[in-house]
Amino acid sequence: MNWIAASLADAARLAFSLDPKLYSIIGLSLSVSLASVTLASVAGGLIGAAVAVGRFPGRQVLIVLLNAAMGLPPVVVGLVVYLMLSRAGPLGAMGLLFTPQAMVIAQFVLITPLIAALTRQVIEDAWREYEEQLRSLGARAWQAALTLLWDTRFSLLTVVLAGLGRAMAEVGAVMIVGGNIDGVTRVMTTTIALETSKGDLPLAVGLGVILLLIVLLLNAAAYGIREWAARRHG
Amino acid sequence: MAEPMISLRDLVFEGRGHRAIDGVSLELAAGRTAILGANGAGKSVLLRLMHGLLAPSSGAVQWSAIEGRAPRLAMVFQKPVLLRRSALDNVIYGLKLSPAHRAESAPRLRERALAALARVGLAQLADRPGRVLSGGEQQRVALARAWALEPDVLLLDEPTASLDPAAMRAVEAIILGIAAGGTSIVMTTHHRGLARRFADSVVFLDAGQVAEHTPVDEFFTRPRSSGGHAYLEGEIA
Repeated sequence: MNWIAASLADAARLAFSLDPKLYSIIGLSLSVSLASVTLASVAGGLIGAAVAVGRFPGRQVLIVLLNAAMGLPPVVVGLVVYLMLSRAGPLGAMGLLFTPQAMVIAQFVLITPLIAALTRQVIEDAWREYEEQLRSLGARAWQAALTLLWDTRFSLLTVVLAGLGRAMAEVGAVMIVGGNIDGVTRVMTTTIALETSKGDLPLAVGLGVILLLIVLLLNAAAYGIREWAARRHG
Repeated sequence: MAEPMISLRDLVFEGRGHRAIDGVSLELAAGRTAILGANGAGKSVLLRLMHGLLAPSSGAVQWSAIEGRAPRLAMVFQKPVLLRRSALDNVIYGLKLSPAHRAESAPRLRERALAALARVGLAQLADRPGRVLSGGEQQRVALARAWALEPDVLLLDEPTASLDPAAMRAVEAIILGIAAGGTSIVMTTHHRGLARRFADSVVFLDAGQVAEHTPVDEFFTRPRSSGGHAYLEGEIA
């Protein structure tokens, strides 16, 4: 059990070491994941609300597809985005492969279905309660969808957080499209994978502990906001 | 006789294999109508068909034009649905969706909404989140939201159900105030005293059909239908 204690000590030392390289890795992890989750929240939120409120042919097939896409394997997403962005691919001319932007795109593809599917569920439950009232007031479907997105904002915070958790934690997609280039596209998860394969376990575990702490803090903050909102807004 | 406010012709509504409305033909004049009947008689479904929230399986709903335009309708539900925002913003929300008011400036809408809240006695709670108000207060905000729209016709589905006596009196006073302003009211209720005090005429529904449509005094003293008779006997017992 010694190595666990040693690793935790390493994690603490790492976290307080003010090592600029470490902070750039953590910073890149956060900025890539936050960017992809922000974009995916807008896209997934709108898709989810539209599917929840809209009535159109193929809607049920779309729901099944969205639910299935929540479990998209990150490496497959990474591979597909890699093929799109590679020199010979349709978006190759943009020269985005092995850049942080490519990692944002891959995570966006990975997380948008997750946020859309969970949003659809939240909005559909609310729609059941609100539908008659909103239709009585003359709201069109798109107005109802936007109203519901705002009215369920505290529940949707949890949905966004689920997306952020998946983005921060995944390694396959960013590894493939980012390339794990030191100082450019190396993030926490790819560093952990690399250091583990090199046998530098204390550094890997240290980074793992820091990653867990960040996720824990984010969840605690979201929980606090929800509790406060429930008391304040009902 | 003046042109009816609304005519229903051979209205049928079937849902989940159950015929909730079974051939209703009815003309209602402007004024105050109470729809009475036992649970499951089809009162709420009839109200929703009138409002267009439900599409009839067959038959037709025809509202008469008022000054050359379709009448403005508003509805307040048994369980008020307030949005997760302040009481005032709930009223403003309704105004912003209303074709008659949405072009008005934000300060003007705010003024209208505040006036509506004042009329239901809730001006002091305007900034409170709608969903943390008591049940009675929420129902009054819902009434203010409907009232602010200046509807020609207000449809009320069991407006006093599940309210305590004080809240019930407050809601009744508000409904009287809305009617006094010239808004016609069609209300379903189990609350016999309210119907008797408030309505001009009673539509009595029995198993999805109109058993009778009678002036209110006549219904409560000499109901024409056996169903109406049994209903009143049951209420007294």
